[in-house]
Amino acid sequence: MPIRQMHFLLLLSRQGKLRLQKWFTPVTEREKKKVTREMTLMVLARPPHSCNFLLWRDLKIVYKRYASLYFCCGLEDQDNELLTLEVLQRYVELLDKYFGNVCELDIIFNFEKAYFILDEFLVGGELLETSKTAVGIAMEEAETLQETMEEYMSKPTY
Amino acid sequence: MSPSVRLQEMIRVIRGARTQGEERGVIQRECAAIRAQFRQADNGTRSHNLAKLLYVHMLGYPAHFGQMECVRLIASPRYNEKRVGYLGAMMLLDEKQDASLLITNSIKNDLSHSSQYVQSLALCTLGCMGSAEMCRDLAPEIDRLLRASNSYIKKKAALCAVHIVRKVPELGELFTPASRSLLSEKNHGVLHGAVVLITELCERNPETLEQFRKAVPELVQIMKGLVMSGYSPEHNVAGISDPFLQVRILRLLRILGRNNETASDAVNDLLAQVATNTDSSKTAGSAVLYETVLTVMDIKSESGLRVLAVNILGRFLLNNDRNIRYISMTSLQKIVQTDHNAVQRHRGTIVDCLKDQDASVKRRALELSLALVSAVNIRSLMKELLLFLSSCPPELRAHTTSGIFNAAERYAPSQRWHIDTILHVLTTAGGDVRDETVPNLIQLITTATELHCYTVHKLYRALIADISVQSLVQVACWCIGEYGDLLLRGECEETEPVQVAEDDVLDALETVLQSHMSSPATRGFALTATMKLSTRITHNVDRIRSIVSIYGSCIDVELQQRAVEYNALFKKYDHMRAAVLERMPVIDKSSPGHTNGESAGGSIKEMEPTKRTQEVVLPQEPANQVCDLLDLLGGSGEPPQPSPALSTTALGPVSSTAGGDLLDLLGGLDAPLDHVTRPGKTLGPNYRLFMTFVSHSYPPQSVQLQMKAPSGDVIPAHGLGQVTQTVLLNNPNKVSLKMRVRVCYTSQDFVCQDTVQIDSFPSPAW
Repeated sequence: MPIRQMHFLLLLSRQGKLRLQKWFTPVTEREKKKVTREMTLMVLARPPHSCNFLLWRDLKIVYKRYASLYFCCGLEDQDNELLTLEVLQRYVELLDKYFGNVCELDIIFNFEKAYFILDEFLVGGELLETSKTAVGIAMEEAETLQETMEEYMSKPTY
Repeated sequence: MSPSVRLQEMIRVIRGARTQGEERGVIQRECAAIRAQFRQADNGTRSHNLAKLLYVHMLGYPAHFGQMECVRLIASPRYNEKRVGYLGAMMLLDEKQDASLLITNSIKNDLSHSSQYVQSLALCTLGCMGSAEMCRDLAPEIDRLLRASNSYIKKKAALCAVHIVRKVPELGELFTPASRSLLSEKNHGVLHGAVVLITELCERNPETLEQFRKAVPELVQIMKGLVMSGYSPEHNVAGISDPFLQVRILRLLRILGRNNETASDAVNDLLAQVATNTDSSKTAGSAVLYETVLTVMDIKSESGLRVLAVNILGRFLLNNDRNIRYISMTSLQKIVQTDHNAVQRHRGTIVDCLKDQDASVKRRALELSLALVSAVNIRSLMKELLLFLSSCPPELRAHTTSGIFNAAERYAPSQRWHIDTILHVLTTAGGDVRDETVPNLIQLITTATELHCYTVHKLYRALIADISVQSLVQVACWCIGEYGDLLLRGECEETEPVQVAEDDVLDALETVLQSHMSSPATRGFALTATMKLSTRITHNVDRIRSIVSIYGSCIDVELQQRAVEYNALFKKYDHMRAAVLERMPVIDKSSPGHTNGESAGGSIKEMEPTKRTQEVVLPQEPANQVCDLLDLLGGSGEPPQPSPALSTTALGPVSSTAGGDLLDLLGGLDAPLDHVTRPGKTLGPNYRLFMTFVSHSYPPQSVQLQMKAPSGDVIPAHGLGQVTQTVLLNNPNKVSLKMRVRVCYTSQDFVCQDTVQIDSFPSPAW
């Protein structure tokens, strides 16, 4: 009996636009759209200062609003909701450190970076790194591998 | 020009589109350009084009033509391209796509790449979307990386292994040795990954679980180190050192300690230490405490520790943070059965949470309050629940009402209290109660014989105040019909009596009859009640007569039928009226049929849930009508005529060749009985026996039919018994007869009907 940490992580804007989606189980495109729609309806309708936990289908939904973005994830029944709030908090902090006072526009225009950071933080729905600094260090080092345009053009093609 | 400007430029343009149509246009153009670029030879822009496509995909547009490009980019030697390629693979490919297999080779190569960042890309992708085949293929590689690599790779390999084990559980054995040695690592990321992997292995394989029990002391040490350690800036969250790792270790200890004394003993001290030393003023600490409590409750811990755990939950209940109150109630719900008394101590706080603004908290509080109801606290707790009902959110109302009814039924301290409670619920939330409430309440009222006067007074008052709540109106009408005489008497011990005249009561019923708010079932109740009053009042019988005759031409067929039947009762069978309409006997709660409030047709038919009583309805006048239904009543005391009686048996095959004197009324029932085990048929509230005369010269007025009461209530299944109902036919003119017999009964809560035609009676019968 699987005890996945997370089924999905979605970032939704206040207008209901999807800014980031990570699915940790194999789901069809159609199902993804459906789930996203339902999450949007449910989470955006919550009044401020509500409890951050909801029940939906057979999952627990933990969501937290940061400025204009709703971070929303679906968990299995066994999971610790309070800890998940901390996970979301940590991800936001990592984004903040990387982008410097992160805001929604950063995530829109640099979505691939947001994904790279997420992939240094969560893998397969489980937490990968608990250190505050390790993710940032990894991102920096990986970026040194990003070639400039000249190097690009001079490298042989595959 | 930095390459990613083009991506950002596109994003800007898309965001600038003012309408959905404009956006679609922009995206179509871009996608066409991207497609063209994909087809061209390498020109240094492939990764950006794919990134553009991924953005478009996130907006909801189709991007499947990018799948092969992902495969190509992953195979590229350039880190940039690999990175975007792998990202694309995680977004566009999942194990259901065939293209995902094509990247297996690339992943394999990249797992041995010289750069750890390339290795990490491969590990991350495999751990996210690897199919079972890919996992099988690459598992040995992962195992190798678990043993001999740096911590950066080890932690990723650990989570990749977790994914592999979830996909292909048998591979768990492969990873067991390596995961054991990972526990001695110092790096938190690796340790965390190791704990997650070990948890997964133990959950899936009981033997592995046994093995890892030996690791309990080591885990306890690690945990102690975390709890007692000094400040570590890298891992500190609100004063807790690496709460993420602490929680995972606690969870693993829970799994290892479950159902095992030794392991549980070894962790008792640790749990006590964590519980007392963890600062729970912020979420991080609360998360750790929460996991500790869950662990304590799940393993075989000492009772002192359990009490401590429940007290922590109690403290959580008082926390200002809604989230913490919520999870506290969730946990208390899990243990309310096993540690009932401990949870009862916190009842006051739980009940206070009913008043919380938040819907999630309210729901939890409701569930827990219902679980805490007992004979001791029923009165006070019910007050709170009723208060809650008056202001609860609509989605919780149905659940609340059924919870209240269940609790009331189990623990009602007195009948009067029970009736009052149900009436209160009906007045507050009558629209959200289940259908069975009406017959249940009626049954309850009949059993409370001393309270009939009180009940009818209360219901009358409720009725004249408001006729919109159907369930309440139905019960009120029934009561007034049944106990109207008590109402009119003007005296009552238990409550202030009303001074009503007969006209007032009839007015009330007529208002119900005429109101647009009344459902057809309710109007049926009102009409029957009006009719019943004809034997309970003295002056206004004519008024009742006229009401009844007016409804004889009502559009509603059910109402019309009743009215016509009652009319006939007035006209032709006046001598029987008093007996027919007399007071009901007390309904026996144990007869299962009486709780069935749902008839097949959806409308609640005659709600007179007695075992025996049926109503008298007699043939109608139109001469050409062949299929008029006779609804016959037995037990009115007429002496049997000396003509021979027809005995009927209720079970057995239909014999259309009516051999002998035995005619089976409930024919054709064998087929259903064969297949399913049925608990037997109950001649419940829907029991009717209809008998029609089929003849050319109609009506056969010379023939009289009298039915006696059936011999029993329940027909056992499988033909193990029978019920006999005797019907006496008096046929002085010796008219030849055919009869159609229909029987209605209740079986497993379904109302069923069977019809049989009797074409000939044995001639010596006449």
